[in-house]
Amino acid sequence: MSEDYRSMWANLGLDLEAHDALLSVLGKAYQDIYLSQKNRPEGMGYFDFVMSEVHGLRIKELLDEKAAGRKIIGSYCVFVPEEIVLSANATLVGLCSGADFVTEDVEKLLPRNTCALIKSSFGFKIGKVCPYLESADMIVGENTCDGKKKAYESLKDLVENLYVMDLPQVKSENGKALLRSEYSRFKAAVENLTGVPITAESLKEAIRTVNAKRAAIHRLSSLRKADPSPISGLDALLANQVFFYDNPARFTESVNKICDELEKRIQERQGVFPEKTPRILVSGCPQAVPNWKLPMIVETAGAVIVGEESCVGERGTRNLTDEAGETVDEMLDAIVDRYFQVDCAIFTPNPDRLNHIQEMVAAYKADGVIHYGLQFCQPYLMEAIPVEKALEEKNIPCLRIETDYSMEDVGQLKTRVEAFVEQLR
Amino acid sequence: MKMRFAGIDIGSRTIELVVVDEAGEIKANLQADTGFDPIAEAKKLVDGVSFDRVMATGYGRNLFEIAFEAPTVTEIKAHARGARTFFPDTRTVLDIGGQDSKAISLLENGKVKKFEMNDRCAAGTGKFLEIMAKTLGYNIEEFGREALLAENDLNISSMCTVFAESEVTSLIARGKNRRKIARGLHTSVIRRAAGMINRVSSEGNIVFTGGVAKNPCMCELLAEKLDRAILVPADPQMIGALGAALLASDGR
Repeated sequence: MSEDYRSMWANLGLDLEAHDALLSVLGKAYQDIYLSQKNRPEGMGYFDFVMSEVHGLRIKELLDEKAAGRKIIGSYCVFVPEEIVLSANATLVGLCSGADFVTEDVEKLLPRNTCALIKSSFGFKIGKVCPYLESADMIVGENTCDGKKKAYESLKDLVENLYVMDLPQVKSENGKALLRSEYSRFKAAVENLTGVPITAESLKEAIRTVNAKRAAIHRLSSLRKADPSPISGLDALLANQVFFYDNPARFTESVNKICDELEKRIQERQGVFPEKTPRILVSGCPQAVPNWKLPMIVETAGAVIVGEESCVGERGTRNLTDEAGETVDEMLDAIVDRYFQVDCAIFTPNPDRLNHIQEMVAAYKADGVIHYGLQFCQPYLMEAIPVEKALEEKNIPCLRIETDYSMEDVGQLKTRVEAFVEQLR
Repeated sequence: MKMRFAGIDIGSRTIELVVVDEAGEIKANLQADTGFDPIAEAKKLVDGVSFDRVMATGYGRNLFEIAFEAPTVTEIKAHARGARTFFPDTRTVLDIGGQDSKAISLLENGKVKKFEMNDRCAAGTGKFLEIMAKTLGYNIEEFGREALLAENDLNISSMCTVFAESEVTSLIARGKNRRKIARGLHTSVIRRAAGMINRVSSEGNIVFTGGVAKNPCMCELLAEKLDRAILVPADPQMIGALGAALLASDGR
């Protein structure tokens, strides 16, 4: 990357030396995990480019937007409605939380038995290596799991622009009313930040933009139903990860372009792996960039991942927001309706998730499910046991994995995943 | 000329090599310590026998795959295949090796139905027993025998090797009976193994494989705890290698 970026990073207050180290690890991991894959669709070139510039060109774009008066809002969760952000002339970006960084320093603020994702978000802040976080005019935390909501109390001391959104934990009328009032409060906060009032026109436009992005991902997902799969699980996960970073319109266009190519591949029965390769659905915790550990293990063990029942995946992108509303209030209701359906494990009870897992197994013709749990993630680890039981009652093999971002258990995981793949053959 | 098939199991402590003929009869059964250069040790073993095809298993299988261009299979499938050779009706296999333990349930046709494996640390494996034997001044062969002579056990609460070692040291310092401590240590490993078995299978006999199956106290306590028959093959340590050899012969 050019020297321009170095001065840009320095101006953002990044620790250049630590950031160089991070980028070099990231670059090597991307080379080893992504670029070494065979039979990749050509359209992945776009995502390779995005990843190579994820802390470069994309940050420059965001800073250019800022210079032109737009605001940048960073988030850690799929409950933060992008429609509201866009309609108030701001850009929403996902914040880094997919790799360990300065863990010793993080553990001065958080207990050791905190999940890797929360620790990572602190690590990127304390280590000064996330340009998205440093560019953001507002950082949105959200009361999802206990780990996150308590961690935001400490994050408040590290970032001055933290906004905490409350979220319901029960899918009741009261729960929905809470989400409605929190989205109204968020709308006011975003308008206050940007100085741009949200209008019916701007909100409708924003809903359309975000829906188009989701529809493109839906199209990509549905092409993964083919056998042989036209795209690897690693590459599809990458598209789902870039969903949180990229310019929405350009993202939509690029995903649709790759879908055109995948349709041709399917016609020609061309796949990334041979036909009859065991097909796996991954279900559970989000896999944020650059957490490619599990799909890397699965797809080098002779299986292909055909879907992600995850926040970075179908849980995050399922359902469009109804575009029919005429007034801001009607559209806000539609936004609440859409997000209230997200089947995050913080909800109790959460039967929709199990139904969705089974629907996805059928739709993507998965031979088995790997339940991916981050160590110390109580909500998903708790759900893992009944999920496994329910799937096995229906003769759907299930492997429960509990891991973190470190590489020390890769050998162990490889053996377990390989044995699971042998079981599916 | 009849074909011969080899299976090699490269474990954390030992390497086993088994050669079978087309009828599945064992023609060679060799063992070596893994040492610090597993591939050199494996090569020495392989050089001593002749075979047409070889399949590798164990934690060192991928090293072997690269060095010998051989196909691999996980320990789970290899132990399942090997155990069924001696006990064709069994539906449950427990394998406790040097650093891993696995409970495997099988379908009627012998395919793996479900398995559980210990997490990343060596608690509840052969390594744990080995270190505890040493702490108590026993060699690994006498450890199980001596433990069986105790009429009851002293409760050991730590599963972690490091914590258990200091717990044992403090029990010794308090003048507690060495055999009772030994039996308590076996019981703590059994508790964990029984938990794994119960998660994959609830009834029927259990074939116990891996080096730890040679420990008589483990076999007896396990049978007692689960109230199920424990079947141990004559040489439980070679089951993984045998399974790999048979899978090589199956033409996989």
